[in-house]
Amino acid sequence: MHTETGNKAVVGGLIVVLLLAGVAVSAPLLAPGDPGRQNLVLNLIKPCWEYPFGTDELGRCIFSRVVYGTRVSLTIGVVVTAISGLIGVFTGLIAGYFGGLLDEILMRTVDVLLAFPGLVLALVLAGLLGPGLPNVILALALVGWMGYARVVRGAVMAVKVKEFVAGVRALGAGDWYILVRHILPNVLAPVIVMATLGIGHVILNAAALSFLGLGVQPPTPEWGAMLNGGRSYLRTAPHLTVFPGLAIMVTVLGFNFLGDGLRDVLDPRSQAKIPD
Amino acid sequence: MSLLQIRNLCTTFYTPGGLVRAVDGVSLDLVMGKTTGLIGETGCGKSVLGHSILRLLPANARIEGSIRFKGEELLCLPETKLRRLRGREMAFIPQSPATSLNPVLTIGRQLVETIRLHKRVSRQKAREAAAALLELLDLPAPEKRLAEYPHQLSGGMRQRVLAAMGVVGNPSLLIADEPTKGLDAIVRRQMAAVLRRLTAKTGAALLLITHDLRVVAGLCDDVAVMYAGEIIESGPARVVLTDPRHPYTRGLLGSLPAHGLKPIPGVSPSLIDLPAGCRFFHRCPDASPACGEVWPSLVKQPDRQVRCLLFAQGRESGKGVYGRDLQAAVV
Repeated sequence: MHTETGNKAVVGGLIVVLLLAGVAVSAPLLAPGDPGRQNLVLNLIKPCWEYPFGTDELGRCIFSRVVYGTRVSLTIGVVVTAISGLIGVFTGLIAGYFGGLLDEILMRTVDVLLAFPGLVLALVLAGLLGPGLPNVILALALVGWMGYARVVRGAVMAVKVKEFVAGVRALGAGDWYILVRHILPNVLAPVIVMATLGIGHVILNAAALSFLGLGVQPPTPEWGAMLNGGRSYLRTAPHLTVFPGLAIMVTVLGFNFLGDGLRDVLDPRSQAKIPD
Repeated sequence: MSLLQIRNLCTTFYTPGGLVRAVDGVSLDLVMGKTTGLIGETGCGKSVLGHSILRLLPANARIEGSIRFKGEELLCLPETKLRRLRGREMAFIPQSPATSLNPVLTIGRQLVETIRLHKRVSRQKAREAAAALLELLDLPAPEKRLAEYPHQLSGGMRQRVLAAMGVVGNPSLLIADEPTKGLDAIVRRQMAAVLRRLTAKTGAALLLITHDLRVVAGLCDDVAVMYAGEIIESGPARVVLTDPRHPYTRGLLGSLPAHGLKPIPGVSPSLIDLPAGCRFFHRCPDASPACGEVWPSLVKQPDRQVRCLLFAQGRESGKGVYGRDLQAAVV
């Protein structure tokens, strides 16, 4: 039963994520207009046939902006997760495998960084680095790697004492060979789950940064920035904030379902229940 | 000429409970083309001895003495040079096939990677070599096995894969640590056949660590019996197994089902707190008061070495005691 719900969640999440990826790739085909083109005469139009999501205060097509915004959000989500995943996995691997003083130094650094709330730290970093897409990515990547490091370190410590590690060492394998070829594949399952859940998280945080004005800058169509722009028209023209907000929600939910489902599928305990 | 010369090897573990003298003053010679069995009960230090040769021990272990391989002192070798010897000159077949293969990599990947660790060959060539090797070891449908994961194979198949991984580097010394542990009688016999074929084909020396006396009888040229970290009897397998001298060896053979399943009373001494005299004193049916005080040294006899006061110089009359209730045991 456990795996059944897991599979359903994976399929649901996967469909959402694939749809979003499709939207991002084919944005120029899907969007009816240029997301940056202003038409001050037609501003704050309610959703209609010509403008499915209406227009914003500058008369830009919100549907086009939401569609193009998928590109920005997915790019940030994937790139940030890739960078922080790489940093975290590498740190966790060497800390867990070599242990000793190196482990102590790396893990205490992780502890210190984890003591700050992630978004606050990202705010500080983004503030220091200044706004802009590359800086948002850097700030979010630098606050997101610690979780990976911890999980990987623990998994490595469990795997490195297994007999097959001693076996390949007896066959003349060196530390790095063992680490990359034999231990890394064994610790990858939780990392995949974390990364999938992480993408949703990162997209939410990136939107938050943009909403606060420290992230991606106008006129780039970004969902968080769009929320910020529509804030003043919340009463008179709620469609300015509802649609980008829905986009964020659907995206984050999609990645969360996929991640949760993957966790159920990749969990060895639930796998044991599947008859051969 | 001997391939590996172990002299006065002591391996000590530093633990919170005290010093554990797992291997205590062991000397052993391994000869090219010959199979030497190392037998003893669980915890007597036989596996530690095997690991000491390759220096595959945890950080809290200290190895003293001398291990010369082809004239080279292994204990002084830097780790990088030793790593070059591992797999290529000396290989290790680990125990417990269930956990000694990486569960998330296919058999093919693990074998191919091991081959490529030693030889500069293409992936394709290595895969062909791997399939040929598995075929040599009587593994049915080797091509199919290469694509499978360890959990899809039976224990005997996995053990053969491990044996294959051990010999890909064409080592001149093969150390097999309980290769028949956890296998049923039929698979055990197959595994013994595999080992015999491997040593015959490569001409390598084999150190067979086991507590299975039947495997020793079927495979080994020489045998060394370990008890509480020491070798207590060694010599040609045929001689030692048919005409055991040391009371412990006799007890071991007497405990075989074919000889009445007579257990040896008591348990072996703690390796942290070893008795002053003979380590087998408390369990020995032939012990004299002197055995509790005098530590016996290895007594050289024409056909073997025995560590027992019964055979110490001037006490050859031990014959009266020896063989009291145990006839020559034939394995």
